Amino acid sequence: MTTAVIDTTILAVLAPFAAAVVAPFATKIFKQNAAWILALVPAWIFYHFAGYIGPVSHGESFTPAVEWAPSYGINLSFYIDGLSTLFALLISGIGTFIILYAGGYLNGHPQQGRFFSFLFLFMGAMLGLVTGNNLITLFIFWELTSITSFLLIGFDHLRAASRRAALQALVVTGGGGLSLLAAFILIIGATGEIEMSALLSSPDVIKNSGLYLPIFILVLGGAFTKSAQFPFHFWLPNAMEAPTPVSAFLHSATMVKAGVYLLMRMHPLLGDTELWTTVLPIFGGVTLLVGTILAVRQTDLKLMLAYTTVASLGLLVMLVGTSWEKALEGAVLYLLAHSLFKGALFMVAGIIDHETGTRDVTKLGGLRGAMPITFAAACLAALSMSGLPPFIGFIAKEVLYEGTWEMGAGSLLVTGTALLGNSLMLVIAAAVAIKPFFGPAVETPKHAHEGPVLLFAGPLVLSLAGFAAAFFAHQTGELFIGPMLSSLTGQSAHVDLHLIPAYISAPLILSVLTGVLGVVLYLQLARLRALVASVLAAIGWGPDKGFDQFVAGIVSLSTAVTRLVQGGRMQTYMMLTFGVTAAAVLVPAFLTDGLPSMPAMPDYAFYEWGILGIAFLGLVAVLVAKTRLTAIVSLGIQGFAVAVIFMLFGAPDLSFTQFMVETLSVVILALVMTRLNLSPRDHRPAGAVLVTGAISAGVGAGIALTLMAITQQPFDSRLSEFFTAYSRTIAHGRNIVNVIIVDFRGFDTLGEIAVVVLAGLCVLALIRVRTKPEVKVDEDASAEALAKRVEAS
Amino acid sequence: MRTIIFRTIAPYLAALMILFSVFVLLRGHNEPGGGFIGGLIAASALAIYGIACGVASVRRAIVFHPMSISAFGLFIAVLAGLPSLFLKQSFMTSQWLSFRFFDVNVDLSTPMLFDIGVYFVVVGSIASIALALEERESD
Repeated sequence: MTTAVIDTTILAVLAPFAAAVVAPFATKIFKQNAAWILALVPAWIFYHFAGYIGPVSHGESFTPAVEWAPSYGINLSFYIDGLSTLFALLISGIGTFIILYAGGYLNGHPQQGRFFSFLFLFMGAMLGLVTGNNLITLFIFWELTSITSFLLIGFDHLRAASRRAALQALVVTGGGGLSLLAAFILIIGATGEIEMSALLSSPDVIKNSGLYLPIFILVLGGAFTKSAQFPFHFWLPNAMEAPTPVSAFLHSATMVKAGVYLLMRMHPLLGDTELWTTVLPIFGGVTLLVGTILAVRQTDLKLMLAYTTVASLGLLVMLVGTSWEKALEGAVLYLLAHSLFKGALFMVAGIIDHETGTRDVTKLGGLRGAMPITFAAACLAALSMSGLPPFIGFIAKEVLYEGTWEMGAGSLLVTGTALLGNSLMLVIAAAVAIKPFFGPAVETPKHAHEGPVLLFAGPLVLSLAGFAAAFFAHQTGELFIGPMLSSLTGQSAHVDLHLIPAYISAPLILSVLTGVLGVVLYLQLARLRALVASVLAAIGWGPDKGFDQFVAGIVSLSTAVTRLVQGGRMQTYMMLTFGVTAAAVLVPAFLTDGLPSMPAMPDYAFYEWGILGIAFLGLVAVLVAKTRLTAIVSLGIQGFAVAVIFMLFGAPDLSFTQFMVETLSVVILALVMTRLNLSPRDHRPAGAVLVTGAISAGVGAGIALTLMAITQQPFDSRLSEFFTAYSRTIAHGRNIVNVIIVDFRGFDTLGEIAVVVLAGLCVLALIRVRTKPEVKVDEDASAEALAKRVEAS
Repeated sequence: MRTIIFRTIAPYLAALMILFSVFVLLRGHNEPGGGFIGGLIAASALAIYGIACGVASVRRAIVFHPMSISAFGLFIAVLAGLPSLFLKQSFMTSQWLSFRFFDVNVDLSTPMLFDIGVYFVVVGSIASIALALEERESD
């Protein structure tokens, strides 16, 4: 394949982001027709990725890339193989209909343009995620899906429930993302590879490294939160607060599958170990059962579907966790089937909500006459979800039963879980697709009628696709399932699918069992609902509630810490700061035996001793001073003496600066003091004075000891020699200090003066804050005076 | 503080200090001095003038708000780094321009411009703090 085509792939991945920019303007200009135009973008992406189907099914893979931060090995690189191609096709294909659907669903909504933008951003993030090759690229897109789904779930931001759901989803999936980042960093550290394609070419490296366990746990942390595995399943149903197009897109077809995608992508690297085949089936199985049981309880169409999504994800994780080739084939097939029927059913639920005004399944009935097309789509999708022929769901169920049945160890347990889960799934499918449409017509808040073509196009096409995929089972297996399975197993796999089972075998018997059990349970639905509800009421506490308690706990913890650390008393801050400083200089010196040896009595001239004496006198004066002003001035004496010492020992620049700084600090301190108060210094108890004194003595002694220790080291003169030699020849200056400041290290100085400017602004702001209320009082007073004057005249 | 002697002397003292600060600034490259010290001297001059004659007269005398002077200094300092970019050298590489002016060698350079920037930054920031503190509602 030529470079030009590779570039197009990167464009295809990034195209949704461009569309997100354009969408609001397009919506403003084309109004209700905008969706038709905007849908061209995902349609084109679909068309582009469809071009890969042929080559990928012949076992080819592609790695288009552009440099991003090459010095860190981070590139915008993508990996196109069976797995990513099918995912990209699902995202862009379903995305096309979601855009159309959103055009109908939010028709006339004032924020429709923004909604399109969010959808496109999400689509781009998701495409980048499933095609990402570079681990860092992959991670960035991963977190981008969390952030964009936050925007989408919280789209209806005036409702508290939406905000909570959005925040919850962000906290859970974003937190999982951080775990994933840690996993990637460990992988890069353990293998030295940053590209997924390179990792996949030597799959056993991670398994054999000592870091396998932490990597495994961290990857699961990312995958389980994203794919809503138990006990992180709670955010997904809550996310149903989002408008239905979002639910249909994020929470059935694409985003929640990101975790499953990750597990599938990592399967050759991490899978088929004892740990993997134990942990994943357990979590997946539990999620499957919890999801379906919770789904049974619901009467809200969207919530029922959401909980079955949780269940389906559990089923997928369970199947991937078996690492058994036939079961993996079942997982891949089920993934395809689920995306098609769940996308369709969500849109159906949205249409029912949109056209009748309610989503409560107990308040719906007899809609088949009023909404024939929606009814047809719902039936087709529900049949696929139930695993009945002739739909892709049926084939998926046959293959996955075949896989779990043959698996060997744990086979009965896994098969039993799948059987129970599938029959409950059938119950929900029937409840969603049959209940609202059959029976006598029920009065609904709105008068029920068929929605516009924008609305029903999606579900109809998706459910028909589920039928087509089954009808052309052989081609589906060859073009989509086989290549994807090869990505999972790391070897080329051949998949041969048939719609009609050739002979009566275990899977077929299990299918019949599923159907029978499902029908029986459906007839008892009302009783089942009551049973689940009473059990849940008995348990009471759940992860959803736990999340609230967790958040509240964090808030109160941080409040407590803040109150402890930031009490608002300047004295405490100063004492802490200087106490830590003293400890930091003194403790290591004592611990590491870094104390200087006692220096010999220096041989100073009398005037040098005199200056030292003045400095000492200044200090004593500070200590005994009665008022603050005297203390400040005395401190100045000491500072000037130090400046003179600098001058005597050959540092005129330093001394010059010290003089000026000392003068200005005395002036400014005095000015500050006159603003505060000049009353006698303090009336603190002796104990407090002693503590402060000890800390000051500690800092002083620490600094003095450090200085002495440094001067007793042999002097490394290379730097001074360099500057002495070159300041004249390179920088044309004889004053080395100045040359260093403005020339050799000029960029540093630039930063420093920027800090000076900022500090000046901050101090100014602080002074203003203090004086503001007084100014206001003045204004009031003058206003009063003015009023009086007006009255008088 | 407003004794008659102080108030009479202060303007002259401040003017001399400003002059001296410019001298210190310009000779910094070869002798003790430079933008930072020069700036501190000038700021002290303004503070003294302010204590003696009131903040309002200082503000009148320097025309611009001290913080604008400071920002102007930062701007000049950054500007001094730019010429090297046109010569395809890295940012802030020093550029020198030497010519003879009435038998005197005059060296102009970007480090000098940079030092002037430092000077303005220091004058502006310190003076704005000092003036803001001196300023009382009664003034």
